[in-house]
Amino acid sequence: MSLFSLIFGNKPKTAVIAKERLQLIIAHERRGGTSAPDFLPALQEELMAVISKYVSVNPEDIKVSLEKQGNFEVLEVNIVMPESGGRL
Amino acid sequence: MTRIVVVTSGKGGVGKTTTSASFASGLALRGYRTAVIDFDVGLRNLDLIMGCERRVVYDLVNVLNGEATLGQALIKDKHCDNGNLFVLPASQTRDKDALTEEGVEKVLKELEHMGFDYVVCDSPAGIERGAVMALTFADEALVVSNPEVSSVRDSDRILGIIQAKSRRALLGAEPVKEHLLITRYAPKRVNEGEMLSYKDVQEILRVPIIGVIPESEAVLQSSNAGTPAIHLAGSDVAGAYHDVVGRFLGETIPLRFVDYEKPGLFKRLFGGR
Repeated sequence: MSLFSLIFGNKPKTAVIAKERLQLIIAHERRGGTSAPDFLPALQEELMAVISKYVSVNPEDIKVSLEKQGNFEVLEVNIVMPESGGRL
Repeated sequence: MTRIVVVTSGKGGVGKTTTSASFASGLALRGYRTAVIDFDVGLRNLDLIMGCERRVVYDLVNVLNGEATLGQALIKDKHCDNGNLFVLPASQTRDKDALTEEGVEKVLKELEHMGFDYVVCDSPAGIERGAVMALTFADEALVVSNPEVSSVRDSDRILGIIQAKSRRALLGAEPVKEHLLITRYAPKRVNEGEMLSYKDVQEILRVPIIGVIPESEAVLQSSNAGTPAIHLAGSDVAGAYHDVVGRFLGETIPLRFVDYEKPGLFKRLFGGR
């Protein structure tokens, strides 16, 4: 916020806010229409089952997410291993 | 060859019926034989906006069910002196299921045989059967949007449906030609940063703009009287709709009524409108 608007208390114009919100939500919804990552919860569950065979991990230690970076979709799987090594 | 034009928006209350009535009237005034069909089965209103509600005998569903012929159901518009415009009202009873794809296609084919140049399909709000039926056979689409977040989002949804469910999309033919029409536009509020500009809306939806209809008291007055707004000679709205029709027919007409002019001293003193 500029000094001017700090002094005079100008709020950001609502039309600008509207445009930003719309651009975000529409981009999100356009993406969602075709390849909705509906499989993510199931994938997370199955990964959990496999990994649990070898290492004891908590369900919340496995994070699966799908992100769009430019033209690529990046599937990110993040597994936090227990400190002790936690071998079964 | 008959061109089928759907007037659609997703959101309700943005001016679909007002636009359908004025756009169809504008085409007829330019000499094209035009039929305008109300697809809002159960909540018909085009007849009121066109001022022919007392002349409705048969409706679209009667024709679909074979209870009346198309010739019996079409109402000749009295505002277009050249007799080029006909209205096909929707049914006021609730049998939405009567709207089948085969039935609608048959009616449209018959209108083509009757020599209509344009068929304007006034879509109901929402994304259900009536709305999908209205856009299924479209060659072109007028997507009506207000410069307001929920309307713009819904317009984007309906564009997605046109691109997925229209006959042209399913056949892999040349896609439905989309046009963006922004209604209830208030240049003063845009100037003050309180309203999305038409450029913003166009940038978000990425559809070529066919016109901007200014917010105007004339619209309510025309619906009160049952006279499509395009007939209100001298009004901004009528001018803007005439421009839309011209652009639709391929003319190059610059946008009007989109810039705010500060009222001059004279206007402020004497309150001219």
